[in-house]
Amino acid sequence: MELVQAKVMTPSPLKATRHEKASVPSAISIKNLDVHAPGHHILKNINLEIPKNKVTVLLGPSGCGKTTLLKSLNRLTDLYKELNVTGTINIDGDDILNTRQNVADLRQKMGLLSQRPYPLPMSIYKNVAYGLRLKGIKDKKLIAHNIEKNLREVGLWDEVKDRLNTPANNLSIGQQQRLCLARGLAVKPLIILADEPTSALDPMSSSTIEKLFREIKSHYTIVLVTHILRQAKRLADNVVFMYYGEIIEQGAPDDIFKNPKTEKLRQYMLEGN
Amino acid sequence: MLSKRKISDRISNGWMIAALVCILLLPVIIGVALYFKSAPLLSEHTLGELITSSNWHPNKGNFGFWPFITSSMYVTLLSFVFAAPVCLLAGIYLTQFASKKLIDIMHPVIDILAGLPSVIYGVWGVLIVVPFTANVLAPLFNTESSGYSILSGGIVLAIMCIPYMLNMLIEIFNTVPRGLQEASLSLGASYWESVKHVVIRGSYPGIISSFGLGLAKAFGETLAVMMVVGNMVQATANPFKAGYPLPALIANNYGEMLSIPMYDSALMFAALLLLVIILLINLVFRYFIHKTQQR
Ligand SMILES: Nc1ncnc2c1ncn2[C@@H]1O[C@H](COP(=O)(O)OP(=O)(O)OP(=O)(O)O)[C@@H](O)[C@H]1O
Ligand SMILES: [Mg+2]
Repeated sequence: MELVQAKVMTPSPLKATRHEKASVPSAISIKNLDVHAPGHHILKNINLEIPKNKVTVLLGPSGCGKTTLLKSLNRLTDLYKELNVTGTINIDGDDILNTRQNVADLRQKMGLLSQRPYPLPMSIYKNVAYGLRLKGIKDKKLIAHNIEKNLREVGLWDEVKDRLNTPANNLSIGQQQRLCLARGLAVKPLIILADEPTSALDPMSSSTIEKLFREIKSHYTIVLVTHILRQAKRLADNVVFMYYGEIIEQGAPDDIFKNPKTEKLRQYMLEGN
Repeated sequence: MLSKRKISDRISNGWMIAALVCILLLPVIIGVALYFKSAPLLSEHTLGELITSSNWHPNKGNFGFWPFITSSMYVTLLSFVFAAPVCLLAGIYLTQFASKKLIDIMHPVIDILAGLPSVIYGVWGVLIVVPFTANVLAPLFNTESSGYSILSGGIVLAIMCIPYMLNMLIEIFNTVPRGLQEASLSLGASYWESVKHVVIRGSYPGIISSFGLGLAKAFGETLAVMMVVGNMVQATANPFKAGYPLPALIANNYGEMLSIPMYDSALMFAALLLLVIILLINLVFRYFIHKTQQR
């Protein structure tokens, strides 16, 4: 019964996106994306338009494939040889799954913020300089300028300006996550992929990160995975609800949160609150 | 009144402390014992003379350890030069790039190799490495060699140390979280750049300590080296010539040491030297680890 309902209900959110698509151009356009692991169909025929310079929130129960979807977007799935990814993902008019473009260049268009901060095993300064150097920027002044600018942007500059050359590992978790955001922003991405970026953080740090997202969201296409419904409501322009590898519902947050069309989303929201 | 649990707590605490003290005292006891045993020799010769002299004629009372020390260092250094890069590259490949199948095959193979008794490596060295050095390597460098040489010792020792060091390196590289690699890649690094900046750099202390343990093990390895190194008392820079490492000196002559005066004391001094050098290697590497951790 539930399944039938889901099937019946899917056309309307699709219509909604088609409607949106007319007004807002897509930054990422996913068609027939399938991800298989041996004995496990992780993502099942995903079709999704991610609007440009908006926040798209991915919701869904644990294990439904949100992280896998994010990793497909910047081809970190390549790292897992057991995964087989098929379909097309169009970014900037280029199908990134079958592109001849250098994967490293492609990844620089996307900043990644993961569930836990992963500062590189080097100094704070070098963490931010890392991506810049990989971009081929050698001018020391330019690098220093960029580092200050990005650290300021994430509100970290005053806290670390006197110890830029100490290991990034010594920072607190919240500071580390902001550092990771700064180093991601430094390479000037078009898209930010954030996988539960505040789940390991204290309330203060997570509200700082959230505030930052609100500040920068008009300049970046943000794809945010979160389990925190209130955060989703605060940030989302577009909500996608996934269930066992499928997209079940999507649309504007007002629609989705006020009158969920599927029983599963209703259930998920009940448990989330 | 003490409850039963408290008593058992106290007893187990006492045991743990006793065990710890034993472990800590062991090297000290060995060192002191060796020192007293070699005291007769040290009372007749100065330390500097013993270490730097190349004059080795136990019958005449001449005990110069320089040839043994240099042989030991030479063989160890060669083995390290051969083994370290191989281990580093193999460890990186196995942990970062290899398929799961290959890893599943390699793990038991490495474990078996690490567990083989050294006499097997020695026999293999005599059968394969010694002829290879004599017939292939020596002509290649335009010299002659019987094959029983420092070079053969280095090669055999390297092969012995590879599984030992590789095992440690694999453990270390496996502790580098996937998320760190992903972070580096997502900033636009290539695979190799990520390996260099994240995997290797993040594991510096671990790499150095596994190298240190490998070196210390190589320095003390006796049997396999003894079988292929030629055992001739000479200080030489030519790796195609025979050498006589310290452990081989002790193992070869232990039986006959009572017939010559001072000989037993000299062999104990050799053992003491071995102990001190291995401790020094450990200390030096500890220092390096400390240095790299500070950065
Ligand atoms: N490399 C892999 N090999 C095999 N299965 C995998 C692999 N990566 C992910 N999976 C499986 O795919 C499913 C989706 O995983 P994913 O990490 O994308 O879930 P998620 O929605 O992010 O969950 P969470 O909210 O807990 O983070 C899980 O069942 C997981 O076990
Ligand atoms: Mg996840």
